[in-house]
Amino acid sequence: MKQTKTMEMLVGMFVAAGLAALFVLAMQVSNLSSFREEGSYTLIARFDNIGGLKVRSAVKAAGVVVGRVANVDFDNERQEAVVTMRINERYNRFTDDTSAGIYTAGLLGEQYIGLESGGSDEYLVDGSEIDAGLTQSAIVLEKLIGKLVMDKAGGQ
Amino acid sequence: MDAAESLQSDTLVRIRDLHFSRGERVIFDGVDLDIPRGGVTAIMGPSGTGKTTLLRLIGGQLYPDRGSVQVDGEEVPALGRAGLYRLRKRMGMLFQSGALLTDLSVYDNVAFPLREHTELPESMIRDLVLMKLQAVGLRGARKLMPSELSGGMARRVALARAIALDPMMIMYDEPFTGQDPISMGALVQLIRLLNDALGLTSIIVSHDVQETAAISDYIYVISRGKVVGRGTPEQLRNTDSEWVRQFMQGLPDGPVPFHYPAPDYREDLLRGGGGD
Amino acid sequence: MLDWIRRLGAGWIQLFEKLGRGHLFLWKTLVGLPSVLVRPRLLLAQLFSVGVLSLMLIAVSGLFVGMVLALQGYNTLVDFSAEESLGVMVALSMVRELGPVVTALLFAGRAGSALTAEIGLMKATEQLSGMEMMAVDPLHRVIAPRFLAGFVSMPLLVAIFSAVGIWGGYFVGVGLLGVDEGAYWAQMQAKVDLHDDVLNGVIKSLVFGFVTTWIAVFEGYDTIPTSEGVSRATTRTVVHSAFAVLALDFVLTALMFGDN
Repeated sequence: MKQTKTMEMLVGMFVAAGLAALFVLAMQVSNLSSFREEGSYTLIARFDNIGGLKVRSAVKAAGVVVGRVANVDFDNERQEAVVTMRINERYNRFTDDTSAGIYTAGLLGEQYIGLESGGSDEYLVDGSEIDAGLTQSAIVLEKLIGKLVMDKAGGQ
Repeated sequence: MDAAESLQSDTLVRIRDLHFSRGERVIFDGVDLDIPRGGVTAIMGPSGTGKTTLLRLIGGQLYPDRGSVQVDGEEVPALGRAGLYRLRKRMGMLFQSGALLTDLSVYDNVAFPLREHTELPESMIRDLVLMKLQAVGLRGARKLMPSELSGGMARRVALARAIALDPMMIMYDEPFTGQDPISMGALVQLIRLLNDALGLTSIIVSHDVQETAAISDYIYVISRGKVVGRGTPEQLRNTDSEWVRQFMQGLPDGPVPFHYPAPDYREDLLRGGGGD
Repeated sequence: MLDWIRRLGAGWIQLFEKLGRGHLFLWKTLVGLPSVLVRPRLLLAQLFSVGVLSLMLIAVSGLFVGMVLALQGYNTLVDFSAEESLGVMVALSMVRELGPVVTALLFAGRAGSALTAEIGLMKATEQLSGMEMMAVDPLHRVIAPRFLAGFVSMPLLVAIFSAVGIWGGYFVGVGLLGVDEGAYWAQMQAKVDLHDDVLNGVIKSLVFGFVTTWIAVFEGYDTIPTSEGVSRATTRTVVHSAFAVLALDFVLTALMFGDN
């Protein structure tokens, strides 16, 4: 009988350890704790070129992750990229003249969208679109280098 | 119909025109058997005559190619799963190796069928298990694991397990093989005693002539897929059939030759050459 | 030549027969699962021998795989000054691929072969026949609890393997090689996705657990009841499980991660 009790306890510990490991993987290793789908609102921005931006790329303001890219689409009429972002509803004070740009984390890192509020009194709400003049496309490295080389050549 | 019913009442197992083959090998070629209720019936024959197969056919683990196997009036091959399991609860079978469950103790092995098939409280199961173990003289060994038992003890435990559900019949598969004289004697006695005390019907499959003949009421001798002799032990000992006499008395030479078929000895020796 | 063709044909026929037996066997086992849930003690004993007894092997292997990954990854990443991504690399490798696959391979070797040998020996010693004659279906009483235990144990073992491995990578990367601790975890959390990575890893582990346990119990049940037959069946369990896991891993990876 004692043997059975030991076995029961070991099995219990095994199952608990397995579930704990799953929990660790979910909470500590993945990003479940940092961002949840519910409690968010949608913003839309249009870019000429999104570079390497992907679904689930970060949306940052002042370097802090405030949301994620939910969808990337191509507007056939206007020949532009349409990016849908889901922003945590805690961060609802982006003015309606907020600018959005696509930046790169480090020289070779992931691309993300950076938001920067303007001076307006009106705030962006769910489904708002960022003003077309206030979006800045991704910097494509090849273009940049090409331009640099041209400038150098022109300067000399 | 009356005649058939009266026959049924004292015949527990009735086998008619049984045909069974494994691949190319014909094992039974038209066997007729009647196992009377309440007696000890032995089925004997040389090794490899399919005696164990016969028990499996009776137990419904194998299906005959042709013919009929009836147990207590039920046609075994025609039974569905549920019917077969219902019938098996009333049969016990003692395997050659005992077939005890190696991860359970002696006590739990005997309790196994009771726990699987009844809702009895644990205290009652305990009483029943101890009763059955007492009957085979192993009540003191109930804490041992099967690996700690000798062959003879394992078979006695298996016997206790086989009678746990109070079956109507028990089938013994080579119960005497590889036993020392003492445990052999114990088993021989036990089989007869249990049969009479519990009102069982016993079928013993064996090629140990003396021991089996000592406790059997009736004997069938099977060879090459057919019944070649039948009768009480007394009748068989004085049979006209040379073959049966050779088998019953264990003579080295007779209708079954000592030598495997070979060319003439003298010629073979003189021919020389390699061992072709 | 004719003999060769005949043997080839016989081989195919045997293969299809075995496939058919295997699936019928699976079906009957699944039908027997409810009878296990009624008697949790049977499952408990099997969880012990399948899960708990594999735990040490799995945990130690996970630790070392994580440590080696960190060591190797660091040497590559440091050339690009990207050693901060070490956490991501270790975590993604563990959660997506190495966790499920290596655990399944080890599981087949440790628990699968033990299951096959145990069931095969039960068959060789007539225990399964004996049960049938006692009107107890061995598929319900013997096979089903073992099958369920394998299926339940695998995701737990995989999670433990991955978690321990990530911790091993942390130990080597942060502790020995001096990667920034914050970066190790933060980058990992930023890049590892609950659904795409962790959940898909769990799905993989469920599939592998199902298949390896199925192979193990079937090979045991289908074994030729001699000592040679049992040893062959045990070998087959390990070999077939390895093939099945690796092939399925390719298919599952293509299905899950193919679109990014």
